[in-house]
Amino acid sequence: MFDQYIVCEEGFRARDDGRTGGVVEVRMPYYRGLGLSMVEAVDLTLDGVPVPAARTTLTVHGNSYGFDQLPTVLHDRWEMGERAQLAFETDAPLAPGEHDVAVAVRLRISYMPVPGGGRDRKRLTLAG
Amino acid sequence: MAEHQIKRGVSLYSFQEEYFLRTLSLEDQIRAAADMGARGIEIIPEQSVPGFPQLTDEFVATWHGWMETYGTTPVATDLFLDTKLHADRWLTLAEQVASVRRDVDIAVRLDARIVRAIINTPPEVMEGAAPYAEAHGVRLLLEVHAPFHYEHPWILEHLEVMHRTGSPALGLMPDMGTFVERFPRVVSDRALRDGARPELVDYIVKTYDDHGDTHALMDIMNYRHGGPVEVGLARQATHYIWTDPRSMLPHMPLIGHIQAKFYEMTDEGSEYSIPYERIVPVLVEGGYDGYLSSEYEGNRHIQDAFPVDSVEQVRRQHALFTRLLGTESV
Repeated sequence: MFDQYIVCEEGFRARDDGRTGGVVEVRMPYYRGLGLSMVEAVDLTLDGVPVPAARTTLTVHGNSYGFDQLPTVLHDRWEMGERAQLAFETDAPLAPGEHDVAVAVRLRISYMPVPGGGRDRKRLTLAG
Repeated sequence: MAEHQIKRGVSLYSFQEEYFLRTLSLEDQIRAAADMGARGIEIIPEQSVPGFPQLTDEFVATWHGWMETYGTTPVATDLFLDTKLHADRWLTLAEQVASVRRDVDIAVRLDARIVRAIINTPPEVMEGAAPYAEAHGVRLLLEVHAPFHYEHPWILEHLEVMHRTGSPALGLMPDMGTFVERFPRVVSDRALRDGARPELVDYIVKTYDDHGDTHALMDIMNYRHGGPVEVGLARQATHYIWTDPRSMLPHMPLIGHIQAKFYEMTDEGSEYSIPYERIVPVLVEGGYDGYLSSEYEGNRHIQDAFPVDSVEQVRRQHALFTRLLGTESV
């Protein structure tokens, strides 16, 4: 329902914590906030290459989680429309300029018999 | 125009596009509803209240302040039941009832006396939560949402609980999406823009509009070499239903709130798919005295190609309601 808004056009940047990689801002394609234990995946594909979930973290309103932690996070949520930070590590520094950023979100929605979520893909220019 | 006590309201679900994109704040949405004389507010706390399920005293005070400022009334909250909260097990019955009780507490703090129980709420959870809702002066209303209808086994199980317990806290909340008489063209047009083959779209729309058998549409799309878009559209066709609005009449004593779902208000002032001109008189005939609460759901079908103006769409629906209810627009 909000697939086309998953990948935010602003805020794509290199990491600033000394590691190689970047940060892309993402929104959940759903009309309500959802507890993080029901966020099953936020899969990133950068320039056609999947980034392993183990090399990504999700930050919502200042709280960062690895995807191995999310299934047990019962007391924090990704709010509706909230711009979360999907940070990722890469072997080499990101090249300046445009990148192809694809994100697939998978949500466990209790009233749906199949996984919820959605996917989006945009060309983003690295800030800075 | 027969005498009636039907009131107009808006579910803030209607403004989801603008709230998602932060072009309308929560206060903006309440003001917009008040501006069109839709003074009953239905809120989805999980959508509109950051920090849910904790509601700060400050938020609650601000909420009540808005109600006073804009002359609006909190009518209903919408609960969800996350039975799949845990990855490895379902919530137990006790945990499900506790979840509903939590949401009853939230409704009370927001001063709403109706809670929408989502369609996946099991009958035994309704029964388990009813005494708590009753003790707190809240009605727990099961949404009757497409593809369900009043003869469906799932609804019949709920009706059995409601009639057996006779709990004044339990009832129904019909979603007008159960009265989709013809296929929403915003949905079929979107499929065409997404590359669906026109002859397959026509086949789905015609089958639906003829009120034909939609059960096998997904299979037929497969037989006709349709792809994901055509199969997806066929699935949509099985999720809309048309039933006679008069099917609500026998259940009127249980009906406490109406979710006035809509997909497209036309330039001529009608809903393209849902015949409110024939639905509202049924509610008047049945003595319904609650709110018609707008639920605009067209945004997701047009956002790829057109600007979304949910406020204008809701305004048009309320112009229609005003005409059908015989009351002056504010």
